[in-house]
Amino acid sequence: MKRSNAPIFWSMFGAGGMLSALAGPALVFITGIAVPLAILVPPDLMSYAHAHAFAQHWFGKACLFAFVSLFLWHGVHRIFHSLHDIGIHTGAVAKLFCYGGALAGTLIAGWALLSIGF
Amino acid sequence: MAENALTQTQREIEIEVLRYRPEQESEPVLQSYKVPFTDDMSVLQGLQYIKDYLDGTLSFRWSCRMAICGSCGMMIGGVPKMSCKTFLREYYPGKIRVEALAHFPIERDLVTDVRDFIGKLESIQPYIVPKEPRTLEQGEYLQTPAQLEQFLQFSGCINCMLCYAACPQYGLDSKFTGPGILALLHRYNADSRDGAKESRMELVHSEEGVWGCTAVGYCSEVCPKGVDPANAVNQNKTASAMDFFLRFVTPKGGAK
Amino acid sequence: MSARRTYMRPMDGWWRRDPFFVRYMAREATAVLVVLYALVLLVGVVRLGQGQAAYEGWLQALKSPASIALHLVLLAVFLYHTWSWFNIMPKTMPLILPNGKRLSPAVVTGTGLAAAAVVCLALVIAAMKVAS
Repeated sequence: MKRSNAPIFWSMFGAGGMLSALAGPALVFITGIAVPLAILVPPDLMSYAHAHAFAQHWFGKACLFAFVSLFLWHGVHRIFHSLHDIGIHTGAVAKLFCYGGALAGTLIAGWALLSIGF
Repeated sequence: MAENALTQTQREIEIEVLRYRPEQESEPVLQSYKVPFTDDMSVLQGLQYIKDYLDGTLSFRWSCRMAICGSCGMMIGGVPKMSCKTFLREYYPGKIRVEALAHFPIERDLVTDVRDFIGKLESIQPYIVPKEPRTLEQGEYLQTPAQLEQFLQFSGCINCMLCYAACPQYGLDSKFTGPGILALLHRYNADSRDGAKESRMELVHSEEGVWGCTAVGYCSEVCPKGVDPANAVNQNKTASAMDFFLRFVTPKGGAK
Repeated sequence: MSARRTYMRPMDGWWRRDPFFVRYMAREATAVLVVLYALVLLVGVVRLGQGQAAYEGWLQALKSPASIALHLVLLAVFLYHTWSWFNIMPKTMPLILPNGKRLSPAVVTGTGLAAAAVVCLALVIAAMKVAS
């Protein structure tokens, strides 16, 4: 019986799922509600100066990379399997589109973060 | 309707059965029966009343009528249940729809073709394969309560197939081994007396094994014996993933 | 003699037939919005790399009513994701420990939800304390 390569994608799905379950709500609240509406947090929390400094630091890079990449790998894995659930014939093309998309996002994020420098 | 002790009484409930007689129809069709009932009557007894007094052509499987043989599984109100363990009074005054167990081909009326399940059952080595040859003189295996606890729950499966009717992944693709059989596989892997874990894991690691499951969890909801097949399958995902990544560095080594 | 002809019922609309399946599909559907939020962050990171003007454009877009509304929806969806994630988590773990004792699924879920509450609170408090 052929061994499935599902563990690769499932593990990343799990990592992304755990990270988004633990930190997701706070991140959405901070970046999408608190900062734009200037409530609770300092209004310049996400200013260019702050953001740039954060992204230059190795820890900031790691955080941003993890959030973008792992959330993508988590999401596309579920989306791919949900296509099957709703009756859409999922073959290599769907797999390429989903996981390829996550890979593209990962590479773009990595490249952007590296280009910001240290 | 025939005269009998029940007709003198009380309430009647409407049981709507999905009939299917291949020799007379191309598709299943609903047929309603009005069945007099008492509070202690199960859906199975309702079907037996129909067969005995109203329509002898109704076909269904049953045996122990006490939720241990696993024969009488069917869809009752759209939910996989054992008909001997489900009571007519719970649905009154509404009507009860009874259909053959979902995700299996209907043979006739409430009887399904279960050969796929049986074949898969046979394929997982559902017996203890000794770790090493053992003579009678060595006596019985000894197990601690902790060792027994590891597999006891998963040994409670009565092969009723309600979990297969609950599992949409099995419904969408019957190549998936399915919850009950993977739980039974785990029962043997978790038994300290058994030595065939490695060969069983080959199935576990495949797409037909645990990787066909998407953790819907409905299988464990409907299991009448508390086996929790969802847990058996999904904890093996973790085990399978660890084996996938560590297989080249674990002591037994070697690529598979 | 045999007039056997088995009948296979179609799976169309299977998930609409039971509330359990509807909740499952809702859980799976959260993935679409997780990806959406990841893309919002991705755009932010890319804009950050393109310089101050580009980044501030992204910040400005986040202030639009449409974006606020979207993030309120995202917040609700992420909360449902957190809830459903830790609810299914016990299924992925052996609940019978090597010493034979049992781990209660409720304890696993409760611990996970508590951890999420702690992490989210810590992030918000840290954000509040950032010096201007």
